[in-house]
Amino acid sequence: MAEAMTALGGAATEGAIRVAEAPPTGMIALRADLSTRAVGKAVKEATGIALPRALRIETAKDRSVAWMAPDEVLVFCPWEKAAGLAADLSEGLGDTPHLVADMSSARALIDLSGPGWREVLAKGTPVDLAPGAFGPGDFRRTRLGQVAVAIWASGPERAHLICFRSVAGFVFDWLSMAAARDSLPGLWR
Amino acid sequence: MLQLECPVCGVLADETELVPGGEAHLQRAGPDSTDDAFADYLFTRANPRGVHFERWCHVYGCGKWFHAARDTATLEVFGTYSAQTTAPPDDIVAAIRARRPEWEGPA
Ligand SMILES: [Zn+2]
Repeated sequence: MAEAMTALGGAATEGAIRVAEAPPTGMIALRADLSTRAVGKAVKEATGIALPRALRIETAKDRSVAWMAPDEVLVFCPWEKAAGLAADLSEGLGDTPHLVADMSSARALIDLSGPGWREVLAKGTPVDLAPGAFGPGDFRRTRLGQVAVAIWASGPERAHLICFRSVAGFVFDWLSMAAARDSLPGLWR
Repeated sequence: MLQLECPVCGVLADETELVPGGEAHLQRAGPDSTDDAFADYLFTRANPRGVHFERWCHVYGCGKWFHAARDTATLEVFGTYSAQTTAPPDDIVAAIRARRPEWEGPA
C-alpha cells in the first residue's frame, strides 16, 4: 500500500498559538437521511457513537462523528481503520438509501493549540467564537478567509480546522499569519 | 450587512456564508406554455422596492436552500422558512403584515 501523504507534510508553525497539520487521519463521508432510525442505528453500531445533534461532534475512543448537514456526517477515525469502518457503515445501512465514501485524502486537518485559537480564527470567520457561544464539542461549517472550512472545538485550548486539500496551503499560511506573536487582542483568555 | 437565520441548521448566517438564488416561488412555464410565458418565467423578475421573497443557500454552512422574506429597501428581515413550499407560510405573511400594514400581499 502506498505511503499516506497529508496535504502539507505535517507542517507546523509556532506563534501566538501552535498551528500544525495533523498526522494522516481517516475521514469517512456518510450521506443519508439522518432523521431515519436506521441511519442512527447503523452509525451507532459501526462507530459506537450516537448521531450528533446539529452543529455538534461526538467522540468516543479513537473516533468522532461530526454533523455536517441534515443528510451528512463526517466520521473521523485512525487512518488505517478508515476503509474497514466505511465498509462496516455501508453494510450496516444495507438497503437504506445512503452513500459512504472513504474521503481521507480529500481534506486537510489542522490542529490549533493554545488559548488564543478563538482570536486567531475570529480574524477571518463570521462565526461567534466567544467562549459562551462556541465550546468543546461544537462543530461548525463556515468560511475562513476566502474558503470553506469547518471549525471543531475539542477543548478550551484546542481546536481543529478542516478544509479541502486543494486549499490547505492557503489555509495554513493564513492561520500562521493570523497567529503572529503579539497580534491577539487578548479578550477571551 | 445582511444576516439570515438558516431554518435548516439554525445558524444565524452572515451574508458571506450565503449565496443568493433570486426571486422565490416562481411558477415554471412548461412545454405547453406560450413563448412569451416561457420567456417571462426565465427572465422577468418582480424586483420590488419593499417586501420581497427570495431563495438563499447556506452554501458555506449546511449546504441547504431555504426561503427568506425581507424588505429590499430597509434590509429588514421578516423571517426565513423551508424551501419545500410554493408559497410563504401564514406566520411569515402575518409577520410582514404586522410590520407593513400597507403591503398588498404575496403576488
Ligand atoms: Zn444552514
